[in-house]
Amino acid sequence: MLLRHTTEKEIDRKALTINPAKTCQPVGAMYAALGVHGCLPHSHGSQGCCSYHRSALTRHYKEPVMAATSSFTEGSSVFGGQANLLQAIGTIFSVYDPDIIAVHSTCLSETIGDDLKQIVAKANADGKVPDGKHVIEASTPSYVGSHVTGYHNMLQSIVQHFAIKTDEAKRQVNLLAGWVEPSDMRELKRISKMMGIKTVLVPDTSDVLDAPMTGKFEMYPKGGTTIPELVSMGDSMKTVAIGEWATKGAAIALDNNCKVPFDMLDLPIGVKATDRFIMSLSKAGAVAVPEEIDRERGRLVDMITDMHQYFYGKRVALFGDPDQLLPLCEFLLDLDMVPAYVVSGTPGKTFGKRMKEIFGDKIDQVKFKNGANADMFQLHQWIKQEGVDLLIGNTYGKYIALDEKIPFLRMGFPIVDRVGHSYFPTLGYMGGIRILEKILDLLMQYQDENSPEEKVELVM
Amino acid sequence: MSKYIKDRTPQIVTIGEDQHDLACEKKSAAGSVSQRACVFCGSRVVLYPIADALHLVHGPIGCAAYTWDIRGAMSSGPQLHRLSFSTDLREKDVVFGGEKKLYSALTELIESYKPEAVFIYSTCIVGVIGDDVEAVARRLSNETGVDVLPVMSEGFKGTKKDGYKAACDALMKLVGTDDNYLPPKYSINILGDFNLAGELWILAEYYKRIGVEIIACLTGDGRVEQVRKCHKASLNVVQCSGSMMHVAKEMEKKYDIPFKKVSYFGIEDMSDALYEVAQHFNDPELMANARTLVSEEIAKLIPALQPYRQKLEGKKAAIYVGGAFKAISLVKALRLLGMQTVVVGSQTGNKDDYNLLQKICDKGTVIVDDSNPNELSDFVKQTGADLFIGGVKERPIAYKLGLGFCDHNHERKEALAGFVGMLNFAKEVYASVCSPVWKFIQK
Ligand code: SF4
Ligand code: SF4
Repeated sequence: MLLRHTTEKEIDRKALTINPAKTCQPVGAMYAALGVHGCLPHSHGSQGCCSYHRSALTRHYKEPVMAATSSFTEGSSVFGGQANLLQAIGTIFSVYDPDIIAVHSTCLSETIGDDLKQIVAKANADGKVPDGKHVIEASTPSYVGSHVTGYHNMLQSIVQHFAIKTDEAKRQVNLLAGWVEPSDMRELKRISKMMGIKTVLVPDTSDVLDAPMTGKFEMYPKGGTTIPELVSMGDSMKTVAIGEWATKGAAIALDNNCKVPFDMLDLPIGVKATDRFIMSLSKAGAVAVPEEIDRERGRLVDMITDMHQYFYGKRVALFGDPDQLLPLCEFLLDLDMVPAYVVSGTPGKTFGKRMKEIFGDKIDQVKFKNGANADMFQLHQWIKQEGVDLLIGNTYGKYIALDEKIPFLRMGFPIVDRVGHSYFPTLGYMGGIRILEKILDLLMQYQDENSPEEKVELVM
Repeated sequence: MSKYIKDRTPQIVTIGEDQHDLACEKKSAAGSVSQRACVFCGSRVVLYPIADALHLVHGPIGCAAYTWDIRGAMSSGPQLHRLSFSTDLREKDVVFGGEKKLYSALTELIESYKPEAVFIYSTCIVGVIGDDVEAVARRLSNETGVDVLPVMSEGFKGTKKDGYKAACDALMKLVGTDDNYLPPKYSINILGDFNLAGELWILAEYYKRIGVEIIACLTGDGRVEQVRKCHKASLNVVQCSGSMMHVAKEMEKKYDIPFKKVSYFGIEDMSDALYEVAQHFNDPELMANARTLVSEEIAKLIPALQPYRQKLEGKKAAIYVGGAFKAISLVKALRLLGMQTVVVGSQTGNKDDYNLLQKICDKGTVIVDDSNPNELSDFVKQTGADLFIGGVKERPIAYKLGLGFCDHNHERKEALAGFVGMLNFAKEVYASVCSPVWKFIQK
């Protein structure tokens, strides 16, 4: 009983988070920046943060994650970190030679009031940025928002810095990805290709954080959105942004600066959300939906038909990022399952509103919470009060699952005790099939293990 | 592009080629992809294994989230240390101060968990906004009767090593608070073992076999009550000297307890650790027990190691770990497997350790302080290493280079201490270096 100290009775907590269901902004900024080719993330603060963020990403993706740090000392935190950052920019270009340095702040540099914009401007003015190279920056104070906010802020910066509108309109669609796996990025590209639409996907961590084994260590692996692609985004016909919490700022920036209109969508998880995504893409690219995509959808629906009796009425507890939780809840409801408890540490006022839309008159069936004090301790307490049949969330859910003996589907960030997430997508219809396969495996395994001998069935 | 960061040359030495001493204990250059962590990280890893204490991270959420149960320090009893408590500072707190929040968080926590003691870790931001954590701790101690110990671990104040010191300072406030305890005849404390993968349990068994009792381990499988009475021990045996030397010295000053610096890794060092303890008590029976134990264990171990040694003979290893003391044992243990160390470095080594490394390593070995992925990857290529020993951030780099890897930091799942640990080590190194997977890549 690892979490034996969790009490069933809820106490009113005002000032305390126990077992957080989120982490901090810079790790998200780092992940987003890694999805740009030739980009080295830079953490403006003390060494510890940078080291933790790199470790967190390394554990999840099992790939080298590079990032530099301003290495604050006591002095920098008193006199400000400008000197550190200027020195860092010089060192990085001469030693690590990236095309882009993506600087994000940390709690510390934010609190002492370092103005990244101004420091980066000074670096440019002082000639510290070689020709053709770029320094972009995003403010990512962790005491506001979560890792998703950090991803959002860096994505917005990337788009803002590079996208330019010229006179030459391009037959292409911008695809802004929320925080998903490299496998999902790859899937998004596969879908666009099948549909015959030229898309610019940003960020794109495929071939960066699922790089093949070559016997070489590459500081800047092959993948990532390239600078010319980023620049061209200003001339696209439309932007399709998936995952409001992660992509909204970037979508708005493209609209404001380059007059590229956008569709704001959920991550395409499950049937309906994928339908919406495909429709939006087809409209944006002015193409018909190819038959093969219809057939993928058909296979997903077929699988639900075949197995629907196993889904019916199963109670599920979920935790993670809003962008993932919302369409996932919708999917579970379509499977006739009951998303009973939903927790996200990431704040955002629209969460409640969206939950109500998705649940409709079933809203009474769910207890949900996001933002301050929405943590896994809370989730565990709810589960203790009335159990669930399935738990969905990142690796940290393991303790609850083991203690309460609940089948546990790992989805979200971080997953540090299993592999597969960076190789198999959960987005799109094919991703839906994978989610179903995983859920069914778990439920059936549970049934096999817990049925009396005479009730064990070969055919399920 | 120049390969190395300017001014880093003094921190790199190739034995036989460079004449200078290795420079160390320097700040990392701004802009480096350093593998180092922070003061808070150092404190957290040292104190975290105390399982019946409550560990509250005072700061924004990330600092707590990243250190949530990352160390795999096992407890034979309570598991309170495995929960992640944070004050989760928000913008408002940063502006108006977080003391109130800290106070009310702790009142709630102490009431519901009735912990034996509380550690409050202050992170960077707390140092900057100027919360008086010490005052809050004092007030709570008075009001609740529970020892509430501030750990002044603001990340920017130095390196991980400074975090060890902050942790030691907090520990020293608990040491000696139970004076009524009567110690057994031959008693020691183990300092600097964190019971990763149950290592302490292996050591405890050895010491029991020779007739010595452990009063406290700081801090593996730790209990507050043991820390309170550990000043009654006759000897402190210090393993991870980087982290715990400070406590050892303080206890020597304050309670007149001598200490011995040992390592439990590898046959030589493990045997010495037992002999030195036996010798300290100057009882022939203890010494005889130690001899029997060592010869019994070695008689079992050597033949068991043989098949691995045969396969590993002549292979080369690169080491990059937290402290340099650990690296010394590693060099010796690798030798026992017939392997040669060609690169060795650490995040925060000190002069003595590096000097010793320069002495015991062969010609051509690269010794490096506070390195980064570019350098490490280069050194590995230059020297043709077959194995990398390091931590979480080095693992994927090693794999990408097509090398075997062995974790010798927080993430490890194998007990590497003691005789059985040596065998585990051999197996792990063998499994990695001789894995058939390497034949699929052309280096
Ligand atoms: S200080 Fe802020 S940025 Fe750094 S780890 Fe903690 S929460 Fe994250
Ligand atoms: S904020 Fe400071 S204490 Fe927290 S992880 Fe970063 S460097 Fe360490």
